[in-house]
Amino acid sequence: MAADSISGVGTADGLSLPPRAVSRGRSGLGDRVYRTLILASVWLVLLLAAGLVAALTWESWAAMRAFGLRFLVTSHWDPVAGEFGALPFIYGTLVSSLLALLIAVPLSLGAAIFLAELAPAWVRPPVAFLIEMLAAVPSVVYGLWGIFVLVPWLRDWVQPALGRSLGFLPLFQGPPYGIGMLAAGLILSIMIVPYITSVSREVLLAVPGSQREAALGLGATRWETTRIAVLRYGRSGLIGAILLGLGRALGETMAVTMVIGNRPEVSISLFAPGYTMASVLANEFTEATSDLYVSALVEIGLLLLVVTVLVNGLARLLVWSVGGPARGARG
Amino acid sequence: MSPVGRRLVSTAVSGLTASAALLVVCPLLLIFGFLLYQGVSAINVDFFLHLPKPVGEPGGGVANAIMGSLIMIGLAVSIGLPVGILGGVYLAESRDRRLPWVLRFVADVMNGVPSIVFGIFAYTVVVLPMRRFSAIAGGFALGLILIPIVLRTSEEMVRLVPSALREAGLGLGLPEWKVSLRIVIPAARAGIITGVMVAVARIAGETAPLLFTALGNRFWHQGLDQPIAALPLQIYAYAIAPYDDWHRQAWAGALVLITLVFLASLAARLATRGRIVAR
Repeated sequence: MAADSISGVGTADGLSLPPRAVSRGRSGLGDRVYRTLILASVWLVLLLAAGLVAALTWESWAAMRAFGLRFLVTSHWDPVAGEFGALPFIYGTLVSSLLALLIAVPLSLGAAIFLAELAPAWVRPPVAFLIEMLAAVPSVVYGLWGIFVLVPWLRDWVQPALGRSLGFLPLFQGPPYGIGMLAAGLILSIMIVPYITSVSREVLLAVPGSQREAALGLGATRWETTRIAVLRYGRSGLIGAILLGLGRALGETMAVTMVIGNRPEVSISLFAPGYTMASVLANEFTEATSDLYVSALVEIGLLLLVVTVLVNGLARLLVWSVGGPARGARG
Repeated sequence: MSPVGRRLVSTAVSGLTASAALLVVCPLLLIFGFLLYQGVSAINVDFFLHLPKPVGEPGGGVANAIMGSLIMIGLAVSIGLPVGILGGVYLAESRDRRLPWVLRFVADVMNGVPSIVFGIFAYTVVVLPMRRFSAIAGGFALGLILIPIVLRTSEEMVRLVPSALREAGLGLGLPEWKVSLRIVIPAARAGIITGVMVAVARIAGETAPLLFTALGNRFWHQGLDQPIAALPLQIYAYAIAPYDDWHRQAWAGALVLITLVFLASLAARLATRGRIVAR
């Protein structure tokens, strides 16, 4: 690992220390306190992560015992009757995220290739800067924009047009509310695009220059070089970048909650209102009256945690496989 | 394919990817344009100095929400900063084989955990035992989001400090902790500040983890153990309410929020301007 070659002197206990002769008698206590503090921070982070899993499991235990696996496959969500099935939320989360990926992936990969490989040098910094700004826009601001700009536009223009031209598909049937799965997918795609773009760009920049030089030396054009030498080399990292975007989309809460319509139903039409796991937490957690209700909601949170940890873990390993673990910190 | 054809394909793809980049940047201009267009008219001095007014009464501001956000950001930074920096120093200097890898992986995965899940965690470990929503719970949730970001940027920045500096300190007989606190961390200060500002920009806009921790409040804060207002929460409440006047307030609030976030991002860039080679 890179760390090993950087710090000069080291000891078996993991931290670099001055040779014994230098420090003896003068600094033993200070160093011991300092090392304890550092290790305490390390273990605190690890404990917090473990505590996160433990606390959510503990709180959702009641719901797990009451419903078992039925929780995942039934779509009856009735807090009054104490019946909880999370299928509509799982469905909504998956469909809105996949829709977002469908739109975002070609755009972000195109933009990343442009920024890392094909653009003239003077174009790169300002565009990269704008994309980073886009990534910094808070979710609630996207939601606000979604409610008052995107949704009316979808309702008055896009959905009627889609209904007329592709209305024979079940995906585009039903009244054009504006709010609904389509709006959620669109706003999510706008939100994950800067994310996938900047990670993909870093992956592409991590591809060694010798790869490009070899292809260019053989007479390949810019694009052929990119396709043959760069994209193939960085493939796993790019998949990782897409997975990071997926992880983001799965857990995105505010913007989606504000435009998806929040109706716990499974509907094939993208025009219909839906609900996601994160949205139901945002809307109902403070209102949950019974212990079982809270427990069911926490179980949804746990589910969300497990899924995003799996997606992100896989994504990190893939991104690291190209550039090494020091990269991707910004993600 | 002929050389001309191949060159044409290359140019065509350049054009395609350029238009993708253009499309990617478009929403930023659209969103910022609308924020300015809708928000500026509702912003005045009152907006920064007054409490929200009840429905129907025009005017009012978000002073309490801005205050609340600042308080919780302060709490989050004071929880997350020491842990993040010390953890980063560990990652950069440790020669252990497994633990740094595990910590790095855990931090990166935590970075991808949805913020609302941290909200639930803060609810179960702070709100439930205290039996009330509070600024502390909100600050705790935000701190959890901040830690992995600060940790990983601190690591990168400490790594950039030339080992000659560290060795010089050790060679003079300074104890390790003094070398770290007085030489290494100050040398990496600009980079660490960047990491903190990036993290602050992120948590300043977080709404989801505050919904059931800080809860929100239409009045000035009454202590850290009480529900507290936050700017993103206020924007959310205004945006989903059915009143036009509140919608205007939401746009104005969003404009203020995004300005704060952009300023923090800008500060992050300026702190390390010219010191770190662009990647």
